[in-house]
Amino acid sequence: MIEYDIEEKTYTLNLGPQHPSTHGVLRVLLEMEGEFITKAEPVIGYGHRAHEHMAENRNYLQFLPNMGRVDYLHALAFNQGYCMAVEKLIGVTVPERAEFIRVITAELNRVSSHLVWLGAYLLDLGAFTPILYSFDDRENLLDLLDRVTGSRLTYCYYRPGGVPTDIDEEFITGTRAFIKRLRTRFADYDNLVTKNVIFINRTKDVGLITKDQCVKYGLTGPFLRGSGIPYDIRKSEPYSAYPLFDFEIPIGEKGDILDRYVVRVKEMEQSLRIIEQALDKLPNGPIMAEKVPKRIKPAEGEVYQAVETARGEFGCYIVSQGDVKPYRIKLRVPSFANLSILPELAVDTLVADLVAILGSVDVVVPEIDR
Amino acid sequence: MEMLAQFLGTEGARMIVGLVGVIALVSVNALFLIWMERKVAAHMQLRPGPMEVGPHGAIQTVADALKLMGKELITPDEVDKPIFWLAPIVVFLPVLLSFLVVPFSSTWIIKDMNVGIVLILAFSTLSVLAILMAGWASNNKYAVFGAIRSVAQNIAYEIPLLITVMSIILMVGSFKLSDIVAAQSQYWFVLLQPLAFILFIICATAETNRAPFDLPEAESELVAGFHTEYSGMRFALFFLAEYTNMFIASAVATVLFLGGWHGPFLPGVIWFLLKVYALIFLMMWFRWTFPRVRFDQLLNFAWKILIPLAFANLLITALVLKLR
Repeated sequence: MIEYDIEEKTYTLNLGPQHPSTHGVLRVLLEMEGEFITKAEPVIGYGHRAHEHMAENRNYLQFLPNMGRVDYLHALAFNQGYCMAVEKLIGVTVPERAEFIRVITAELNRVSSHLVWLGAYLLDLGAFTPILYSFDDRENLLDLLDRVTGSRLTYCYYRPGGVPTDIDEEFITGTRAFIKRLRTRFADYDNLVTKNVIFINRTKDVGLITKDQCVKYGLTGPFLRGSGIPYDIRKSEPYSAYPLFDFEIPIGEKGDILDRYVVRVKEMEQSLRIIEQALDKLPNGPIMAEKVPKRIKPAEGEVYQAVETARGEFGCYIVSQGDVKPYRIKLRVPSFANLSILPELAVDTLVADLVAILGSVDVVVPEIDR
Repeated sequence: MEMLAQFLGTEGARMIVGLVGVIALVSVNALFLIWMERKVAAHMQLRPGPMEVGPHGAIQTVADALKLMGKELITPDEVDKPIFWLAPIVVFLPVLLSFLVVPFSSTWIIKDMNVGIVLILAFSTLSVLAILMAGWASNNKYAVFGAIRSVAQNIAYEIPLLITVMSIILMVGSFKLSDIVAAQSQYWFVLLQPLAFILFIICATAETNRAPFDLPEAESELVAGFHTEYSGMRFALFFLAEYTNMFIASAVATVLFLGGWHGPFLPGVIWFLLKVYALIFLMMWFRWTFPRVRFDQLLNFAWKILIPLAFANLLITALVLKLR
C-alpha cells in the first residue's frame, strides 16, 4: 500500500499585479485552501513614484501638478488639500467666489470618482453593463470639468489663493442639466443593481466591518460611514465653503459591502445637492486673492490640512524651513489605511468575495504607492 | 455507376451531406452568434458595437476568425502536451455530433434516432471532460480553478436538467426528438410545463457556462479561467464550442417546449431557427444584465432549489398522467 504524505494543505495564489480586478498594479498574495482564503497579503509599491520626495526638490507651485497624479480619480480634492495647506502656511484668504468654484468643481469630481467606482465595482461582481452606463454619465461630467480646468483626468486647477479661471454661463447651465440627468439615472441604477437579487446575495453580509475595527485601522470615507459612523471632514472640521450648504452624511447600518454601495450612491445625491446650492448662491467678486506672492517663500512652520476625498481623509502635512521648497511633505492618503484592513477581511472568504471586497475598498493604487 | 447511385440514395449519403451541412452551419452560426452577441451587448450598453468591417460590422467576426487562424499556437513549456493539444478537439467534436439528431423541420433532420434526446444530453456532458482536460493540462492555478468549478457546476446542473427533460419524455413517451415535436402540434409544452421550461433555461444557461453562471471563465476572478493558456485557433475552438453549445441548448429547449418547427405561414426550418435565436437572445440578455453568482451560491441554488423543484415537477407530471 502506498502512503501519501501530504504535508501542504494550502497553496499560494498570486492575484496581480496584472489581474483584471486589482485596479491597477496592486498585488495580493493569497494562501488558499481550496477556494477559501486562509491568508491574504497585499504587496504594494509597484507604482511608487516618490511624490513626497519630489516635493523636496521643487518649489510650492511646481509640486501642485503632482497632486493630480496621486489620486487620479478625485484629483481636485487633492488639489484643494494641498492648496489650502499652502494658503495656511503663507496666510492667504481665498475670495468667496473662488471657494464656491472650488466646492462646485470638487463635488463634480467626487461624483465622477464615484461613477468610476460604481462601474468598476459592478464589473468586479461580474455585471458588465453598468460600467458603460456610468461612464456615459461621467463623460458629460468630464466635458464640464474640461471646460473650466482644461483637462479631463489629472486636474491641476486650484492655485494657492484661489482659482486661475472663472466659470462661465455655459458651465453653469451645463452643470444644471447634468444634475437633472443624473438624478433620473439613479432610478436606472436602482433597477439594474439594487433590485437585483444576485447582487444583493453577493453583497449582503460580505466584508463586514464593525465600528471598532474602523477606528482601530483608521479607516475613513465611505468605509467608515458604511459601518455607521457619521464622520465626514466636510462636516466635522468644515473647510472652504462647506458650512454654508445644507447636506447630510449618509451612513450604513451593518458595514457590509452592500452598505458601502448604498452610502456611495447616496453621497452622489448629496454632492448634487451641494452643487445645486452653490450654483444658486454663487457670489460675484474676484477669484484670486490679491496678496499672493509670485514666489511663495513661507516662514518656518508646519501645517496640516485635511479634506474629504471620495475615498476618505486626505491630509497634507507640510514642514517649511523658510525656503522656496518645502522641507518635507507628508501625504496621508485614505486608500492606504483602507487597504490595511484587507488581510483581516479576507480570511475565510472565497476568491469571488475578495474581489468584491477589494472593489468596495475602492483603491486607487498610485495613491497607496505615492 | 450503379453502386454510386445506390449509395447516394441511402442513409450513408444523407449522413455525408448532413455532416458537411452541419460543419458549414456550425461555422456560419458561430460567426453570426458572436457578431450578434457583440451587437446585443453594445445596444444594451448604449454603444454601436462593431461598425467598420462590412455593413454594421457584419463580417467583423470573419476578420477576427481569420486573424485567429493566422496566430501562433503557443504551447507553454510546463503544460501536459498531449492533453493540452487534445482538449480543444474534444470540446468541439461532441457539439458537432449533437447536430446529427437536431430536427430542423419534419424533413430536415440528418438521423432521426429513437434515442435522440439521450444522445444530445450525453454529448453535452462530454464538454465538461474537455474543460477539465484543458484546465488540468494547462498547469496554471487559475485554469485549474476554472476547470474544477466547471466540473462541480456541470454535475450539479445536469441533474435538474435531466429530471426536467424526463417530465417531458413522460408526457410524450418517446426519446425521439421528432416525436416530441409532433406531440406539440396542438399546443406547445411550455404552456403545460411552465416550471419545467424555466428550470430548463436556468440549467441550460449554467450548462453552457453562460453568465450569470459563467464561473469557469469569470474574468474578474480567474482572468480567463480554463482557457487562460490557449491562443490562436485552439482558443477559437473553445469559443466556437461555447457558442455552438448555446445553439444546441436552445435547439433542445425549442424541441422540448416551444413546439420545434411548428408555426403558421413560414416554413418549418424558419420557425425553428427563429425560436432558437429568440432563446439565444434571452441568454445574451441574461449575460449583459446580471452580476455573476458566487460559487457556493451557485451550488446551493442547484442542490437546494432546482433539484427539489425539478423532482416535484416530475412527480406532479407523473401523477397527472396516471390519473388522466
